[in-house]
Amino acid sequence: MFHRESGYYKTSYAADMALYPLPIARWTVAAVALATCIAPFVLHEYYVSILNLIMVATVGALGLNILVGYTGQISIGHAAFMSVGAYTAANLAVRLDLPFWVTLPAGGLMAAAIGAIVGIPSLRIKGLYLAIATLAGQLIIEWTINHVPWISGGAQASIEVPRPTLFGTQLKTQFQLYWFLLFFAVLAIVGTLNLVRSRIGRAFIAIRDQDIAAEIIGINIFRYKLLAFAISSFYAGVTGVLYTYYLGIANYEQFQIVTSIDYLAMIIIGGLGSILGSIFGAIFVTLLPIVIRLGMENWGSFLFGDADIRNLIPNLRLILFGGLIILFLVLEPEGLNRLWRNIRSYFRVWPFSY
Amino acid sequence: MRSFKSLGAVVGAAALALSASAFAQKDIVIGLQCDRTGPTQTVGVFLCPGYHDYIALVNSKGGVGGAKIRALEIDHEYKVPSAVESYERHKKEGAVLISLYGTPQTQALTQRLTEDKIAGTSPGFGSAAAANGDKFPYIFPIAASYWSQAAGAVQFVKDKLGGSLRGKKIAYLYFDNPAGREPLPVLEALVKEEGFEMRTFAVPSPGVEMGAQVIDIAQRFKPDFVIAHLFGRSPSVSIKELKRVGYPLSKVVSFVWGSAEADIIAAGGWATAEGYYGLQFAGVGSNYPVLKEITEMYKKQGKAAPKEMASTVFYNRGVLIAAIHVEAISNAVKAKGGTNITPHDVKLGFEKIKGFTLGGLVPPLEINNVDHEGGGWVQIFQAKGGKWVKSTEWFKAYPTLLKKMLATGG
Repeated sequence: MFHRESGYYKTSYAADMALYPLPIARWTVAAVALATCIAPFVLHEYYVSILNLIMVATVGALGLNILVGYTGQISIGHAAFMSVGAYTAANLAVRLDLPFWVTLPAGGLMAAAIGAIVGIPSLRIKGLYLAIATLAGQLIIEWTINHVPWISGGAQASIEVPRPTLFGTQLKTQFQLYWFLLFFAVLAIVGTLNLVRSRIGRAFIAIRDQDIAAEIIGINIFRYKLLAFAISSFYAGVTGVLYTYYLGIANYEQFQIVTSIDYLAMIIIGGLGSILGSIFGAIFVTLLPIVIRLGMENWGSFLFGDADIRNLIPNLRLILFGGLIILFLVLEPEGLNRLWRNIRSYFRVWPFSY
Repeated sequence: MRSFKSLGAVVGAAALALSASAFAQKDIVIGLQCDRTGPTQTVGVFLCPGYHDYIALVNSKGGVGGAKIRALEIDHEYKVPSAVESYERHKKEGAVLISLYGTPQTQALTQRLTEDKIAGTSPGFGSAAAANGDKFPYIFPIAASYWSQAAGAVQFVKDKLGGSLRGKKIAYLYFDNPAGREPLPVLEALVKEEGFEMRTFAVPSPGVEMGAQVIDIAQRFKPDFVIAHLFGRSPSVSIKELKRVGYPLSKVVSFVWGSAEADIIAAGGWATAEGYYGLQFAGVGSNYPVLKEITEMYKKQGKAAPKEMASTVFYNRGVLIAAIHVEAISNAVKAKGGTNITPHDVKLGFEKIKGFTLGGLVPPLEINNVDHEGGGWVQIFQAKGGKWVKSTEWFKAYPTLLKKMLATGG
């Protein structure tokens, strides 16, 4: 991640695909792991809560990146799959009193099943047309949850869920939930890392680059496109379950189309078809509004009066957010991940770059 | 020598100022979630300034118990993750109460507020069942819930139609979301109790397309009254459409989110909407002493009154929310005998609010440990001659029915 050999020395495919390309990579991963373990002990609860939101968003962004970035199938129904996971887990947890280690995979699998169904049109249509088909999926799922009390748990369409219990302790505080969410975020990252370098992942990439060519070399398009939708929706469903346990409630109003677009923004800003990019995107989209607000609160008073600042902060945040996205995409259309790689490759042979 | 003396005076003054600030009381912090962007920004751009103006007025009079009040506003764009982040930020700043904004945000934070024992207010948001203080000890709707609004609307229609609803027809035109459907159990119970016929007409999101429903209402069902419960752009569309098909607007009463000046203006102006009734949980108009005090405060600073004051419906709601918060805080300060109050003190402060009307802008609320809604008071105004004209006094309707429903949770 933070290191590079000073040239190209790989001589076999196995070496190229290794999770740890260099011995030092192990140390980097160990350092990052250590930092994430120390963080909740030294940071204030508020910052831990931001990390928690980032971790939930990371799982969702990874899932969407598998579908959009690796397989090249556009989806704007990601938030709806989250709500499928959320309501499945909530119903199981409340009605059957099941623990999270049952409801969490169940929510994911349910979302995967629904996602595979919504993905069926992808076999015939591509691009913008597929986007509209998944939009229909989003709206149908929203409508169904909104109108079927058996799923939504009544007119309010929200189900209160007891927080997850582990070894007899209920995980309530941000500190406790941090470990809960960290476990699943790490699982999602490691899972995706291994998925994309497996046979399935390479099939996805082949479909993305040219689906007819992929079919000719023997990839079953039908199977792999639906698999991509199912895996991506599984991640989305798990994200929904994590939100449900984190907030203590399943509520469909937080999984509306705006949320789908937020997740698309995350992976586009972070970098399509990259795992680090999904993490960067989740961090960027979660942190940017907070950073802009903090900046305005601290330094805005030099320029504006109090009442004006209050009007300015939210609006300026929207303007800056939009402006920065445009700026990033103009500077580097392949996202933050590519920006990061450019920096690294600059230092690869530094200081003898010529 | 003289210069030394003046230097000494300066140093002394500085030292005095330093020690004064060191001993100055800490501000009392309120966590204010308020949206000036996002889907509900039409409300927030007027409501949030109203809130801050009232707090500024309190501070200009010396604050509460000598301590200034600081309302830390955070705009969460109606997004749940941002609302969670803003709640944690408020907690870090030591907020003694949280002013919630938005129904999904209220739902998402309910459990956390209860765990952290911090009171959150949800006027016009959240669920009606939260008025039950036994079940939701830390959620305070403090204004009429959709259940109370439904009861108030039916009571109003009953009075308008001559004291009996037997055999009458009422159309319920609502936004097809959880908030829109929430009043249905109350309305259905009242159908049984009062013996009227009701038909429901759902408007799907985003609610700008309701030609079919309105024609159905005006030409097929032909109701004696229409109760409308719409949000955002849709109230203005409903006014326009009902006018177009010739249904008299003096037979339409809207819930609180469809009864602002902005809705009338968006529908084509006051002349179009003449006769339309709107339910309110805060007084409307600028004829309240507290609003004059705010104007005075601005005049003293040499400024004109803010233009947001002209939108009295939302501005006054902001003032009402701030006033109830300050009242709860001052109750807490009085009980504690100092300004080092905890969120729990403020919760108890809320439960002592009684007889606080702010010259009629606030209804005669009576909040206690069971009733966190304060009685479910509403007042009805009519669009008449270019402004909202008071049509009823503050009233609460069908209290026994609502109490029964709150006890059973609907």
